Amino acid sequence: MTMNQNAAPTLRVSNLRVTYYTDAGRVTAVNEVSFALAPGERLGLVGESGCGKSTLALALMRMIKPPGRIESGSAIVRTDKGEVDLFALDEEDMRRARLSVISYIPQGAMNALNPVLRVGQQMIDALQAHVPEMSYQAMRERAEQALESVELKRSVFNLYPHELSGGMKQRVCIAIGILLSPRVIIADEPTSALDVVVQRQVMETICKVQAQIGASLILIGHDMGLMAQVMHRVAVMYAGRLVEVSPVRALFTRPLHPYTQALIQSLPRLDNRGVFRGLPGLAPSLLRLPSGCAFHPRCAQAMAVCAQVVPKPITTADGRFVACHLHDSVDSDLTPAPVLQEQSHANAPAA
Amino acid sequence: MQLRYLLQRLAFMVFVIWSAITLLFFLPRLSPINPVRERFAELQRSTGWAPRDMERLVKVYEVKFGLNKPLLEQYADYMASVLRGDLGFSIMRYPRTVSELIAQALPWTIGLLLVTTLLTFAIGTAIGALAAWPRSPQWVKGMVTPLVVLAAVPPYLLGLLLIYFVAFRAKLLPLGGAYTLGRFTGPELSLPFILDVARHAVLPALSLILASVGFWALGMRGMGVTVQGEDYVLFAEHKGLKLGRIFYAYYVRNAILPQVTALALALGSIVSAGILVEYLYGFPGLGSLLNSAILANDFFVIYGIGLITIVAVAVSMTLVDLLYPLLDPRIRYGTR
Amino acid sequence: MNLTLPQPASLPTQPSQTVLVLRYLRRNPSLAVGLVLLAFLVGFGVIGSLVIDVDTRAYPLAAPPVQPPSPEYPLGTDRDGRDLLAVMARGVLLTGAVGLIAGTVGIIVGVVVGFLAGYFGGAVDSVLRWLTEVLITIPPLVLQVLIASTIVDKNKVTVLTMAGVASVLSWMGTARMVRAQVLSLRERAFVNMAKLSGMSDLEIIFKELMPNMLPYLAASFVGAVMGAIGASFGLEALGLGPVREPTIGMTIRWAVYHSAIFNQWWWWVLWPVLALILIFASLALINRGLDELANPRVRRSE
Repeated sequence: MTMNQNAAPTLRVSNLRVTYYTDAGRVTAVNEVSFALAPGERLGLVGESGCGKSTLALALMRMIKPPGRIESGSAIVRTDKGEVDLFALDEEDMRRARLSVISYIPQGAMNALNPVLRVGQQMIDALQAHVPEMSYQAMRERAEQALESVELKRSVFNLYPHELSGGMKQRVCIAIGILLSPRVIIADEPTSALDVVVQRQVMETICKVQAQIGASLILIGHDMGLMAQVMHRVAVMYAGRLVEVSPVRALFTRPLHPYTQALIQSLPRLDNRGVFRGLPGLAPSLLRLPSGCAFHPRCAQAMAVCAQVVPKPITTADGRFVACHLHDSVDSDLTPAPVLQEQSHANAPAA
Repeated sequence: MQLRYLLQRLAFMVFVIWSAITLLFFLPRLSPINPVRERFAELQRSTGWAPRDMERLVKVYEVKFGLNKPLLEQYADYMASVLRGDLGFSIMRYPRTVSELIAQALPWTIGLLLVTTLLTFAIGTAIGALAAWPRSPQWVKGMVTPLVVLAAVPPYLLGLLLIYFVAFRAKLLPLGGAYTLGRFTGPELSLPFILDVARHAVLPALSLILASVGFWALGMRGMGVTVQGEDYVLFAEHKGLKLGRIFYAYYVRNAILPQVTALALALGSIVSAGILVEYLYGFPGLGSLLNSAILANDFFVIYGIGLITIVAVAVSMTLVDLLYPLLDPRIRYGTR
Repeated sequence: MNLTLPQPASLPTQPSQTVLVLRYLRRNPSLAVGLVLLAFLVGFGVIGSLVIDVDTRAYPLAAPPVQPPSPEYPLGTDRDGRDLLAVMARGVLLTGAVGLIAGTVGIIVGVVVGFLAGYFGGAVDSVLRWLTEVLITIPPLVLQVLIASTIVDKNKVTVLTMAGVASVLSWMGTARMVRAQVLSLRERAFVNMAKLSGMSDLEIIFKELMPNMLPYLAASFVGAVMGAIGASFGLEALGLGPVREPTIGMTIRWAVYHSAIFNQWWWWVLWPVLALILIFASLALINRGLDELANPRVRRSE
């Protein structure tokens, strides 16, 4: 676990906002999201499906397609050559940044590899797009090394995707993701289509290669158990907003946000076997968000204020991040929220 | 593995051809009347054929369609003669054989249909691929709809319009035929002759191309939209590949696969359209031959053309099927 | 000539929903334009046949030969002295009838075969697959020429024979579509529910499966009609059509046969070509519109 919490962050995301302009109305899928990643840090991103976690990942890759749009925000990555704001790059520079500065590992078990090209060709394609001056032999060597580093045989280079198992395909995707030693790796549910034993191995491989190249990792998933074992911090997302970001141990022992509490209570445990408690209610439609805190209709601890005012995110003394009215008064170092402005944001999607 | 696929396909081709030839054998026998015999008698009465020739014809007729033998024996004779390539004598151009006439016409048809089919497929597929590509300019996307409407019009009608406007009114291109009859006594291998043929083939080719480009464009566009949503295309973009590479190797290469299957299935319709257009332009291929055979009640030639087109389509379909594994590696190992 | 239209039978046309249908047509311009074109063609045929004495004027020796359009003969006359206005009015209906009959036969046979193959599988399915594979290698026009030149006497061909020959292939598309649909529907939960509740196979087919396939059936019916008109046109162009009837295809056949273009008798070619293009265009648009209705996802590719 090589992570340096005190060094300058590798990635700083501020006030990221992504909106989809659908026929049914405007949908803000990612709303005022800010967070930072330390060098080598592993951040788990959890939340119900549709909460915006995949949109957040796509936004960082600048892969939001119309009718979606990145409305505002910045995503600054520290590289050897200085800092770059991904959202300020032009199209061509962004293309170069993909894979070499920030890379994305898809859910590879399904369909992420081109069925008509050999694995090797797909790796060479990636190298050729970024380092065209490299010789074929060198590219091939680099690709085969990457395959080895994810515990695959070099001979996988010559195989077609349909000749690989789900776990192998996922490893190939990981190998592609680290080909150019990016600073940030985003892995979008990389293990969800695999069986349990393979899940664990693949997760270990991701962490191993991430540490090897010293990149920071954002891992999107819904398996809190798997997260607990390998992540440094976990970010919880609800209805487009980050509601809590905490170090993994603190999150599990003392979750701050009622939604986090509910998520953790819904995990099956040894001591409350059989008393599985799901989350009451349904995840809200982003089209028709509840006023105030979007979670308040499902929240057991909701107060009057929750229905009216969007909670202002605060950072606690021990470095945790939470956005909930329960903590407005608990933490003394909080600054009063300029609620009116925030509220107008929250109501905007319905308009 | 490759060899097994090859043998499988070839065996299936033989089976299909055999089925179709058998169908041709039974077709006249299903008829309540026997138009051939009637027409034959009619011909004998109206034309002053030498009795010797007539006898030969009748003999051929009896071998092929004679009702005096048991059905099974007739069938065996029929199959044997087909296998020898003996399709009988032409009635209208006696004593030439059906095989001779077909051999003369076939190269023209193959030439015309091969060129137009490849062009149509390439142009239509390219337009469809571009139309589904989000970054294409609006005018490319707008091209598909008019082409689709055009594809609803039979090529024969397009041919009529082209003859009238391009050849007859504007006099830009010849009205018909395959080469200028005054300049050349017959086909020869020279540049002027080839250029002359090309000039004559423009309008027939254009009729065929315009009438089906829309079909391929529509199919490719539909598939293109689907493939664009596939994870591997998105991942290619995540990898930071250049657009040209994504377009060709990740998008077109996958979206084109069903098009190739469709091409194999469309071959029969392509031949049908070709026959009509050839006849319209007096292009000396199977279409013109079929038309004169129909006019002259030349039953043997009609059946011979039926036979040869079936074999041609079956062989071409098999060729496409055999090329398919080169495009889709998944087929090679029999996991279709 | 009793001709019923493939009117939007597939659409919910209860009077109370007229407004809804109109509103839908606005969102589906292909269907709307196609239906308007079709209505125009049928209207022209029906009204023309009622107003003009088509029984004589659409046949030879009814008028002076090769007259260009004039007040007396608005569309001109052909070489055999047919009044082309009457020919067009009757021809549209005759050609429509060929398509309609063959389309109807095709859809009935196709549905039965497709259901049998898809629902019961087994031998029916194998035979269907074999037949499809064999028939796909025979160019449709060639097969129809073979049938037409073998089974019937060239000089005794009627509109009905044309429809019969066109029917030989008109069921295949429907059968394949129905088979595929049934195969996918059969696995859905509601069919299993129906089975558990003790419905018979026949009941399941008609009460559960059919309603789900109506839009597809409508589209494939229009496709079969188009195919039949195209097939009969091919036969007519080659001279195997009903020589005594003024169908659109026969009119074009005669015009080409008598080199109308080179003789500058443009009207003899123009009207039937125009009529046939309109027929095909309207059917193609309706087909496309029905496709959108059956499968709204197609819309998004626009």
